[in-house]
Amino acid sequence: MAALLAPVATTKPISLPCALVPSTGLHGNLGSPRRLQWTKKMQRLCVRKAGPGKVTAKFELKPPPYPLNALEPHMSKDTFEYHWGKHHRTYVENLNKQIAGTELEGMSLEDIVVMTYNKGDFLPPFNNAAQVWNHDFFWESMKPGGGGKPSGELLQVIKRDFGSFEKFVGDFKTAAATQFGSGWAWLAYKANRLGVGNAVNPNPSEEDKKLVIVKSPNAVNPLVWDYYPLLTIDVWEHAYYLDFQVSSVIIKGIVPAFPYSHLCRVSRLRGRCTRAAFARISLYARNFIVYCECFSAD
Amino acid sequence: MALGRLSRKALLGLGGNGGRLGIGLGLVRGFETVTLPDLPYDYGALEPAISAEIMLLHHQKHHQAYVSNYNKALEQLQDAISKGDVSSVVKLQSAIKFNGGGHINHSVFWKNLAPVQEGGGEPPKRSLGWAIDTQFGSLESIVVKMNTEGAALQGSGWVWLALDKEGTKLSIETTANQDPLVTKGATLVPLLGIDVWEHAYYLQYKNVKPDYLKNIWKVVNWKYASEVFEKESP
Ligand SMILES: [Fe+2]
Ligand SMILES: [Fe+2]
Repeated sequence: MAALLAPVATTKPISLPCALVPSTGLHGNLGSPRRLQWTKKMQRLCVRKAGPGKVTAKFELKPPPYPLNALEPHMSKDTFEYHWGKHHRTYVENLNKQIAGTELEGMSLEDIVVMTYNKGDFLPPFNNAAQVWNHDFFWESMKPGGGGKPSGELLQVIKRDFGSFEKFVGDFKTAAATQFGSGWAWLAYKANRLGVGNAVNPNPSEEDKKLVIVKSPNAVNPLVWDYYPLLTIDVWEHAYYLDFQVSSVIIKGIVPAFPYSHLCRVSRLRGRCTRAAFARISLYARNFIVYCECFSAD
Repeated sequence: MALGRLSRKALLGLGGNGGRLGIGLGLVRGFETVTLPDLPYDYGALEPAISAEIMLLHHQKHHQAYVSNYNKALEQLQDAISKGDVSSVVKLQSAIKFNGGGHINHSVFWKNLAPVQEGGGEPPKRSLGWAIDTQFGSLESIVVKMNTEGAALQGSGWVWLALDKEGTKLSIETTANQDPLVTKGATLVPLLGIDVWEHAYYLQYKNVKPDYLKNIWKVVNWKYASEVFEKESP
């Protein structure tokens, strides 16, 4: 295995040398091996992950939460078989190969995504890790017979942040249709973050907490900016090409398939929303609890 | 003309590749729009390497969309310039780069391919053949290197065999999305570009991009690349 551990001074309870260098020969543009820049947060996360009982040998390809033909006619079984059975599977397999024998092995997928993003200076496993997460999340973003309109507090927050539900849907479709290349469109919740990268607002206020529509290129997802994703649509061509060839058709089809009603469980967006609280109330609790617990452990 | 006619060079904004490569241009309302060039062969002529269905969609839908959206952006640009609306001018840059780049890249790409009976896949001879042998050892090593870069390219983009016209140096480059080669260096000229967007192969090769990359060499038009090389070498 080419991946190496860079020696760092460790204090007593830390068994894990919290440093990474890229494997040689995976990505030429990563240049010479370098140490990951460790933020306090990442160190904490690393310590936490070094604890006992957290080791999983490798990631598995999770099946979508419905049969592969369940989203027809918006998404054909044929497309789904390739998208889940080939693309998603390949991301999982390649990720497992890349992390085997490195200190990333045994970490949660969310941690790997955030750590290998490395502030935009991707480490080699980033693309595969993020694509595994994105596809897991994408399948959860749809359901047979989904669609409709949210209600309750989510609807209020959508109205507050986008003007109206219809305006949100329009803006979301526009974002998805205008991605210049492969990527993803997201509805995300942004707590106390500035609109610039992952800048933290030094004077946080309630006004900073809002829903945003964001686009991300290739494998990037809003976890790396510390946003909470709520919905996504895959706008890589493989997501729609067999069925439609033209992206706008699937966007028209998929957006109404989003189970907005489930998102209504995301309450208290306006109020006190700690990461842990958000995780508990999120539809995607399973994903978020892993992600959020690490950061709220202090 | 009241608004003044913008020069083609200024409007293309992406280097002189457009004119040199014979991209169709038409004059409308004081600025020159671009038009979809004809393919120099039939849609089915590259089979079995590339299916007729892919070629048709790729040319009539994708390339046409870059042409239409580029012209639309030009129109909006002229409007914004005439109104002195600087923020709109700036905002239009990304659409111009993407769609203008898409037009430039695909215009080259069609010429980079040829049916087998018209010389597709025949190795380069003369000066380009020598330059490749001298600088890369063999044609095979270029094929391997470009295929590796193409397979590793994350998302959408292009792999190029480039000529640096200031020193006859050949290099292999990749560009993201529809960025044209000139964004990698002002003196770089595309000899051969391979489209590695999924739309270029998905209907036929699905997720198996390496097979597409393996087969495309059977229809590469090295004669065109050689002509460009000879014209652009100092
Ligand atoms: Fe996908
Ligand atoms: Fe293309």
